[in-house]
Amino acid sequence: MTRVGWYRLLVVLAAVALLEALCLTGMIDKITMQAPHLIVRDFYRIVVSGRMNAAIAKTLTNIVAALGLALAVGIVMAVLLHRARALRDTLDPLFATYYAVPVFAFYPVFIVVFGLGDLPQILIGFMLGVVAVIVNTLNGLDRVPTVLLKTARILRMSPADTALRVTLPAAGPHIVTGVKLAVAYAFIGVIGSEFILSRGGIGYEISFAYLNFDNATMYPLIVLILLASIALNAALSWWERRLLARRGMR
Amino acid sequence: MSSRLKAWRNAALLVAALIVLWQGLYWWVGESALASPLATLRYTLRMVTREDFGAHLYDTMHAFAIAFVFSVVIGLAVGFWLGFDRTSGDVLEPMVAAVYAIPKLTLYPILLLAFGLGVSAKVAFGVIHGVIPIVLFTLAAVRNTKPILLKTGRVMKLSHLQTVRWILFPAAIPEIFTGLRVGFSLTLIGTLLAEMFASQRGLGYLLMTGIGLHNIEQVMSVTLLVVVFAAAVSYLLLHIDRRLHWRV
Repeated sequence: MTRVGWYRLLVVLAAVALLEALCLTGMIDKITMQAPHLIVRDFYRIVVSGRMNAAIAKTLTNIVAALGLALAVGIVMAVLLHRARALRDTLDPLFATYYAVPVFAFYPVFIVVFGLGDLPQILIGFMLGVVAVIVNTLNGLDRVPTVLLKTARILRMSPADTALRVTLPAAGPHIVTGVKLAVAYAFIGVIGSEFILSRGGIGYEISFAYLNFDNATMYPLIVLILLASIALNAALSWWERRLLARRGMR
Repeated sequence: MSSRLKAWRNAALLVAALIVLWQGLYWWVGESALASPLATLRYTLRMVTREDFGAHLYDTMHAFAIAFVFSVVIGLAVGFWLGFDRTSGDVLEPMVAAVYAIPKLTLYPILLLAFGLGVSAKVAFGVIHGVIPIVLFTLAAVRNTKPILLKTGRVMKLSHLQTVRWILFPAAIPEIFTGLRVGFSLTLIGTLLAEMFASQRGLGYLLMTGIGLHNIEQVMSVTLLVVVFAAAVSYLLLHIDRRLHWRV
């Protein structure tokens, strides 16, 4: 490991040790937070008992659905918008201000329209993620070198071949940036809506545990979500860096 | 056509298209699920003139203003520190970026337990949303300052503070402003979300009571107000942002 990596580990360990010390000495009282070693113990118990498996499966399914939808729609939309200059110019202000709008404000409306099922949650995750995918894919398509496209034309490649063998690989790193954001947004969208109003899932379980002062359930679940999202994000960042490096862009 | 006129035309077209979409959706799903644009507008006007609305609005804006000040001060300080100090920056930057990607909503129960039900929890929630982009953009801005500018400062024997005031800050202003713009929106979103989960006042609370009472017009009206406000401010900030970037 590099020196910086060691430092990073040290910072994390120090933070955990500090929390542990504050909890043990009672500076942070028990109702507010469990000591880290207790969280680890409870985490283990939840995993072994399997009582959260249904909630975890439900949340993950919805996240995957929201992510899949955001990627499919986002990439197709980006490809179409890339062709239609006028439409793209018109939508530009929407994309530019999109993330200033609290998408969660639409969640109540979705519940009214679609009922209190999985669909509103998936839609929120989708809505949060799709614009990031569109913007980044467009960005990538803009930067495909013209010479590559000309080469494809000289080789008389079909449009499908050009897309699969030239355009998409060349735009790849930017698309991965979009994917990374969409993953984060799918997590935020689905878990956040479960939190606001729902009938199941990890977010629901966390808010239920919170309302019952059940820290032994709440903290392990929060830690689970944090670890999952950090791990996914790290994996995608690594992939992104590798793609960029292969293209000599970093 | 000038580019300015074109921008206005695009924005107007977009708004018109969204309203048409909304009306179409209303015809499709019906009265019980959605309020029409006109009905929403009428209800909004009535709601805004109701006397308790001022208190709710004030509550949200008050929490938001405090949260934004905290976000800016902490964000700039940490950003400058991490940008200046190479080692700290290398160690902490990926960690900050990782925190940016986690669903911060899940931290909400912890904040409520730590800060209690009230303004401070709302502020804290706004800050954890808004501070990170400001840190990241400031850090990048400071790091990307041209070395020649810093060398000039050293030649002139400027102190640390003077370097920040006369060289780093002016050079980094466009990037920092981008961070502030993103931080502004995220702080607002954080504050509203906090109100939606647990509070007795504010716009987020109005939204949640709207659902509870099945008052669709209220839900739509508050949503409309928030969206219009957020979009308008962010469009304005974006405009300033682009001008700053042109100058450089």
